[in-house]
Amino acid sequence: MTTVIETHGLTKRYRGGQLAVDRLDLTVPVGSVFGFLGPNGSGKTTTIRMLMGLIEPTAGSARVLGEPVPRALRTVLPRVGALIEGPALYGFLSGRDNLTRYDCADPTADPRTRAARVTAALDRVGLTPAAGKKAKAYSLGMKQRLGLAAALLQPRGLLVLDEPTNGLDPQGMREIRSLIRELAADGTTVFLSSHLLDEIEQVCTHAAVMAQGRLLTQGPVAELAARARGRLAVVTPDTGDAARLLKELGVTGVSVDAAGGRVTGDPPGEEAELSGFNAALVNGGVRVRGFGIERASLEDAFVELTGEGFDVAG
Amino acid sequence: MSRAETERRTGDDDRAPEGPGLLRRAPGGPGRFHRVLGGPGLFRSELIITVRRWRTLALLGVLAAVPVLIGIAVKIQTGDDGTADDGHGGEGPAFITQVTNNGLFLVFAALAATLPVFLPMVVGVVAGDAIAGEASAGTLRYLLVAPAGRTRLLLVKYATTLVFCLLATLTVAVSALATGALLFPLGDVTTISGTRISFGEGLLRAGLISMVVAASLAGLAALGLFVSTLTGSGVAAMATTVGLLITVQILGAIPQLEAVHPYLFPHYWMSFSDLLREPLYWDEVGRNLGLQAVYAAVFGSAAWACFTSKDITA
Repeated sequence: MTTVIETHGLTKRYRGGQLAVDRLDLTVPVGSVFGFLGPNGSGKTTTIRMLMGLIEPTAGSARVLGEPVPRALRTVLPRVGALIEGPALYGFLSGRDNLTRYDCADPTADPRTRAARVTAALDRVGLTPAAGKKAKAYSLGMKQRLGLAAALLQPRGLLVLDEPTNGLDPQGMREIRSLIRELAADGTTVFLSSHLLDEIEQVCTHAAVMAQGRLLTQGPVAELAARARGRLAVVTPDTGDAARLLKELGVTGVSVDAAGGRVTGDPPGEEAELSGFNAALVNGGVRVRGFGIERASLEDAFVELTGEGFDVAG
Repeated sequence: MSRAETERRTGDDDRAPEGPGLLRRAPGGPGRFHRVLGGPGLFRSELIITVRRWRTLALLGVLAAVPVLIGIAVKIQTGDDGTADDGHGGEGPAFITQVTNNGLFLVFAALAATLPVFLPMVVGVVAGDAIAGEASAGTLRYLLVAPAGRTRLLLVKYATTLVFCLLATLTVAVSALATGALLFPLGDVTTISGTRISFGEGLLRAGLISMVVAASLAGLAALGLFVSTLTGSGVAAMATTVGLLITVQILGAIPQLEAVHPYLFPHYWMSFSDLLREPLYWDEVGRNLGLQAVYAAVFGSAAWACFTSKDITA
């Protein structure tokens, strides 16, 4: 098994006729930390729900941990930990009792080791001091941690985390990120959906981008970021001259930030020619104080694919 | 392929030994309970959750208060001489006139008073909330991902509701027995047929009648569970179930609709008084239990068909 999640033509059309997911071919390699990106309403959560057997696909097939879903859900799901659209808890139960409840729901969980599993999961997310408190008194961050603890009750082959750092303070986000890295180091594949691009860039090895139910791209994060072309940036007080010269050299999309003393543009070809650009600028009397290619971030790649702004897809 | 078919197939699939609905190697023993419900863990958890809710306790408290109120009212009306005020004998709930002579009759009077409305209302609240309440709290998706298994969860929910029917009935009966013992004399019981049976046998009859009254609620419990699978709102499901109960009770009171009366689930409810005859008269009680079984089968199947093929989007 080299893929943990594999879908072919996975499609969901809701009863109203709305096409939520359109012929999705997703491939999540084993051992990866996979970032699942897309604007609100792009079909991410519907996809996750189909993979977890909560929603029945209209067409297409999906395999999770090598087995077809929803056919083999009973053998697949005990090996999957999931946090879907935020935590859901029984407010009148303590944190510990909430986890016990979810552990009871798993028929493969051994009742004799239940208490130990719950204690270990609480400890793993740092909730031990609040374990006896009623869940309704928890802050959003604590609820999120408890939801994560439920996903970590068993050793899992796959963790599906929908917006896992939602509602956490920066300290909490860091903890969750290091927890994800730790889990990935243990060999757990993590499927992570997030709006926070820097978060994806920090922890993910692979990513996929969805928009309006379609998969726009998927692959290693480094490749995706590299696909968005870097921009040439020149730092100089002579912004006007620099812009004129760059245009003459074939640089397109030149923009001038006179106050900041910066000129940026898209270089026409291979980076090898760039040293010549610098020489041309200096020969043209431009006082060059900084010169180089600004590497594109995942955010640039994302915006390039989905358009500016996190608009809700209609 | 519908999800119902999927589940059946998975159950028949030899590669799914941990299938919750049709466990082949039961961890806790060979009992049917283990094969069907995948161990008692979820059932026990469900019972605990049900009785730990503040709402459940409040409802049981109301049920416990009804016999106390009836007892006090009867006591005040008859004065301290311990003789029945036969001037009002023809009115009010059944058995009420015998209460002053024998406190045990408060059990039968209280059951007769609560069975038309109070008891089924309480059961309707719990049954209506069973699935819809979990859906509106969001905990349903985590139970299913755990994976509780849809058929197993539904069976556990119905079993819990039936246990709650018994619990609610016993709450009325025990409260009535305690109140009756405290306010009125206890002794030999005069049956409806006019014969006398010992107090001990009277107690046994009270126990038997409680079981029959609890079983009378099985049809409504299945109806409530079915309604509960239709909506994602716990409040809506509870209101619908209680509304249906009231509607059916009104239909049952319209003489022009006599033709349909034998098919309404409350039609034979009051037949439990036949168990106070000597010898026991089982005809109507049997018809009642048969009708409840039909309701349980029809609405239980409908609930199963609905729940196992439903998209869980909450």
